[in-house]
Amino acid sequence: MSSESDGKFGDYGGQFVPEALMPAIEELTDAYERYVLDNEDGFVDEFRQRLGDFGGRPTPLQRADRLSERYDRDVYLKREDLLHGGAHKLNNALGQVLLAKYMGKDRIVAETGAGQHGTATAMAAAHLGMPCEIYMGRTDINRQRPNVFRMRIHDAEVNPVDVGSGTLKEAINATMRDWATNVEDTHYVIGSVVGPHPFPRMVRDFQSIISEEAREQIREQAGRLPDSVVACAGGGSNTMGAFHEFVGDEDVGLVAVEAGGSSLTIDEEEGLAPHSASLSVGEEGVLHGARTKLLQNPDGQILESHSVSAGLDYSGVGPELAHLADEGRVRPVNVDDDAALDAFHRLSTLEGIIPALESSHALGYLEENPEQLGDLVVVNVSGRGDKDLDTVIEESDRRDLDAAPSMEVFEGGE
Amino acid sequence: MASEPDPATESDIEEAFADEPALVSYVAVGDPDAESTKEYVRALVRGGADVVELGLPFSEPIAEGPTIQQAIRRALDAGMTPDRYFDLVADLSGDVDVPLVCMTYYNLIYQYGESEAGPEPFVEAAAEAGISGLIVPDLPVDESGPLKEACEAHGLDLVFIVAPTTTDDRLDRMLDRATGFVYVQGRLGTTGTRTDVSSETHVSLDRLADTKLPKAVGFGISEREHAREIVAGGADGVVVGSAFVDIIAEQSSAGSQTQSDDVAEQKNVADRLEAKARELKEGALAGWNEVPEPEGK
Repeated sequence: MSSESDGKFGDYGGQFVPEALMPAIEELTDAYERYVLDNEDGFVDEFRQRLGDFGGRPTPLQRADRLSERYDRDVYLKREDLLHGGAHKLNNALGQVLLAKYMGKDRIVAETGAGQHGTATAMAAAHLGMPCEIYMGRTDINRQRPNVFRMRIHDAEVNPVDVGSGTLKEAINATMRDWATNVEDTHYVIGSVVGPHPFPRMVRDFQSIISEEAREQIREQAGRLPDSVVACAGGGSNTMGAFHEFVGDEDVGLVAVEAGGSSLTIDEEEGLAPHSASLSVGEEGVLHGARTKLLQNPDGQILESHSVSAGLDYSGVGPELAHLADEGRVRPVNVDDDAALDAFHRLSTLEGIIPALESSHALGYLEENPEQLGDLVVVNVSGRGDKDLDTVIEESDRRDLDAAPSMEVFEGGE
Repeated sequence: MASEPDPATESDIEEAFADEPALVSYVAVGDPDAESTKEYVRALVRGGADVVELGLPFSEPIAEGPTIQQAIRRALDAGMTPDRYFDLVADLSGDVDVPLVCMTYYNLIYQYGESEAGPEPFVEAAAEAGISGLIVPDLPVDESGPLKEACEAHGLDLVFIVAPTTTDDRLDRMLDRATGFVYVQGRLGTTGTRTDVSSETHVSLDRLADTKLPKAVGFGISEREHAREIVAGGADGVVVGSAFVDIIAEQSSAGSQTQSDDVAEQKNVADRLEAKARELKEGALAGWNEVPEPEGK
């Protein structure tokens, strides 16, 4: 494993950003080291306190009895869906908005894909009294309307991004441009373990509370460490959060489930990849401040990714995950849209938990390959699926999924 | 400060600043198509451009404002690729007599060529096509080692952008590696036309007063008066992009009906680009005449 002191993970990571941002990144690196790593002014204590009081941590690790029976092994769910806001995103958003406050910044900007990070940032900003603007692709705004309302309700500005495919990639570009313009008083709360150093490490550190709790909880409840930890991977923040404290436990398998979308192919003519599996099939390149694995054409133009789940729909992935995958420590796998939708309905039906479509990918892998995961499995339920209901109803109907409930109760009205 | 070693020989980019203030003009190559780009570059040079920045379009142009973002989108949609770009540069470098600078993002440089990823094959192809220097807005000095090495091997200048936020320590590191000219980012934010000259520009120029390399200010310059003020304030040149790209964009959005319309329209745009270049160059020259003691370039 490489030293992290230079902001690199093996060959991945680094700081590929415009010069105008570099001083801010140096300032942030300094603040990260002082407040987050060294707990200066009691930053970490305040962060942990607020994660508990405001966020509701610790989240439970719950044995899923019916899934355990179905797969004939012990399946535990790390319930990040029960964190305030309904997803793991608050861990990072609260950490960064608090850090911005310690740094004396007076404005927050953030990008959002599914709207979960935007919502979490808007909540954290409201909680801490910071003005907040969120950039969101037009396509995502249309498919995640409830989250747009939530951000607005927390008094965040939502700035639509109309270029390109109107998803997370364009939202990140737009947020970086805002940051480059307002860098002196603004902190960019990046939403995943991506971007220039120190973001990948810092976001991982804020998210690693997930594995810190889960590791302790599974030892208490099952008496030992798990055979596998399974988490979905888009940019990779819940993934690194769920894995980090287990990385040193060599017998614990770490499975990163990417969005297989509709197919793992690449359409170079159209510049499209109908999936978001950058760990599985991506190539090394430089995007959004870091060297990592990317979906790109041979020239290096970035491809538009696709997933039924907006939160996984990203052409890159965190540099540390790319490194851990190259090292063989993390096993990248993928699950397609259909299997994720099935898994969404399955958990809702069997366990009374509506998972986010993102998390449904992790659960889909459990269905497809339980024997690959050993006798004791932890699945990270990174978020709840209320935000996805419109998408799920539409997509299930289109596919005529057996697992989906009939909605004919609505017919014949008007 | 400004202790960079004198390069053994002055590059052709530096020479372009030697006698009078330089107009550095930018276009996105392939916007709206390759043939038009050649026409437009010739027009800019006729108008007085001393250096032409040829933008190689990248799908994620994080340093650009809306004008150039859209130009890049049009160029990509029209099929521009690095190989086609180099073909076009090779054609152009035969018939315009000014240094051509490639402006692009690091991933395209990093991916180019069949061999293992790295900047060398791109730099080699650029040098062969007739490119004199590179500007890479998402490559800060901290990550520029491998590219700098390749540029030195192939005789290309590597231009760095000095931002209003750049610290003294960072400025020293940049000046250690910079060749060609120093690109002074006139204001925070992205590229695009503005109505005034930012006070940040003057602060940056003062900081660079002792720097031997020529200094050209960009980001937001669109009119004669801006160019005059900036050169009078101590710059050796101005970098103008969006003001030209705006003219080209009007043509693309007009959507002509026939081929002869296209030719006429292309001519019209070329004339306007030439006139705009002349206006800016005249502004720069007017500013130069106001400087009591030109810096002996």
